[in-house]
Amino acid sequence: MTDDQKIFSGRAWVFGDGINTDVLAPGRYMAAPIKELAGHCLEALDPTFAANVQPGDLVIAGEDFGVGSSREQAAEVLKLLGIGAVIAKSFGGIFFRNAFNLGLLAIVCEQSATIEAGSKVHVDPAAGQICIPDKNIILTSEPVPDFLLEMANRGGLVAQLETRLLGKAGKNDQ
Amino acid sequence: MGFPHREYPAMLSSLQCFFRMNLTLPRTLAEKIIARAANLDRVKSGDIVTCQVDLAMMHDSGGPRRVAPILKRLGVGVWNPDKVVLVSDHYVPGDDDNAKSILQLTRDWAHANAIKNFHDMKGICHVVLPEHGHLKPGMFVVGGDSHSPTGGAFGCFMFGIGATDLAGVLVTGETWIKVPATIRINLSGKLRNGISAKDINLALCRKLGMGGGKYQVIEFAGSGIENLDIEERMTLCNMTAELGAMTGIIAPDTVTEQYLESVGAGGTNSADWQSDPDANYLEQHDLDLSDLAPQVAAPHSPANAGPVEAHVDTPLDRAYIGACTGAKLGDLHMAATILKGQTAAPNVRLMVAPASVKILADAKADGTFDILTAAGAEFLASGCGICAGYIGDLLGENEVCISSTARNFQGRMGASSSKVYLASPYTVAASAIRGRVTDPRGFLERVAHD
Repeated sequence: MTDDQKIFSGRAWVFGDGINTDVLAPGRYMAAPIKELAGHCLEALDPTFAANVQPGDLVIAGEDFGVGSSREQAAEVLKLLGIGAVIAKSFGGIFFRNAFNLGLLAIVCEQSATIEAGSKVHVDPAAGQICIPDKNIILTSEPVPDFLLEMANRGGLVAQLETRLLGKAGKNDQ
Repeated sequence: MGFPHREYPAMLSSLQCFFRMNLTLPRTLAEKIIARAANLDRVKSGDIVTCQVDLAMMHDSGGPRRVAPILKRLGVGVWNPDKVVLVSDHYVPGDDDNAKSILQLTRDWAHANAIKNFHDMKGICHVVLPEHGHLKPGMFVVGGDSHSPTGGAFGCFMFGIGATDLAGVLVTGETWIKVPATIRINLSGKLRNGISAKDINLALCRKLGMGGGKYQVIEFAGSGIENLDIEERMTLCNMTAELGAMTGIIAPDTVTEQYLESVGAGGTNSADWQSDPDANYLEQHDLDLSDLAPQVAAPHSPANAGPVEAHVDTPLDRAYIGACTGAKLGDLHMAATILKGQTAAPNVRLMVAPASVKILADAKADGTFDILTAAGAEFLASGCGICAGYIGDLLGENEVCISSTARNFQGRMGASSSKVYLASPYTVAASAIRGRVTDPRGFLERVAHD
């Protein structure tokens, strides 16, 4: 995502409460290359997810998304599969940090349950607005703080550190 | 413009009063540690602050194999190798090629980066750190593992982060946090025979849910703490991860001091690292330990907990005593209390993975190992093992396990169709004997009558 794409759209994949790190990045594939691990993302809940997800799609969930382990592969596989953002009622604290560190937006929306599977969703993370045009609904989300949005837009923490340490321009290599 | 001269003295006095109040406003233990690490007079919840890290812990899974490529890309080394502790525990014992190469990569990186504090296959990081005296009250510590809150048992502010965050710390020696508020759990009374800290954690998971900690600090306090030894305090803080807290913490007392002395980390003044009496808490909850019954969490969430009665007689295939949560020396003692002179049911595999090599040695020296072996226990390597689900004899299709570990997420310990019930070491041991979920108190009555 670049700076001029601050508002983006995607198709919704909907999951429930308590989507944990272990179903996002199953432990028994954690030694495998990240692309192989990504193929098993969420398979315990929806075996078709990894194969059918399209770049720009959005993951919608309920409470405590990403709860559990500190393994950042849980966020990395979603990024690798092309997920544009995760929108959930609440997030596990470590996952939330990991997501932004890897350039994946994690957006808190109290009414995430309103979003139906397959629906088209417009997201304005800075303003804190989520729009479902087909249903003519606008939901409020917690505005993503500027420093996190900037870090994610740059591609994550490493790109930001690169700028800080080396004085290089940030590059988006995600 | 200005105030009449006669009002100056009064104004000055109220200003002085204001500033003095501001400096002496009561603070929680976590706020004191964060303020020190952030080099600020005081911090308040919600502030974004940058903290200097006193110690960075990482392991073989989230450590070198993940951070080395980042450091290479940035072209820099570790800010201070003496402030890094590296522990190989997730891919122990390294019995396949992937695991072997991850363990070797970890060794090579430790050597290349002059990491003196490298504990290679000596046990699980959260147990190995205190064993080696790395943790002291008042420290600000990051750990590349979600059960890092375990360090709170020593009066540290220690929280879990992912590998990229960890790489940031390795490069800069600092990290940002949003200052958390503190939720205080007031413990009173004394646990009855056959009940343990694990039961407290499961009861809290039921009461507060996996999001109940709101990524804030959970401080355990009250008279009930005095009766809990250091390992039980570690268990309490460990499972604040399952409560969704940023971390858990317990103010140091004589129990803490004696333990730290025993591992060569003594000398801290405990009085410096206490919450002030009138500190501000986001929430307070009271728990009378003398009321607590054995708890069991049903699949697939620690929050599915409740008194053991609800699950008694559920048939089991495996009983697992392992992990940082449930295989410290005291946990093995609990299991041995129940299993002495007993044997596991023939259809149940009883497996024990002591949390560290030192704990295994201690269990051999004090007879615990012999009691458990005589009961049919199969001993596994001291590492994260099947709890993390990365390696080892994972649960097969439809296998049902009762486990002293912290998490029973679907598929975590093996096949997606497997089921894990979480319980205390007492309850796991009693259940192993009957091959079914069992209230351990019946066995303790028998012990008492013998």
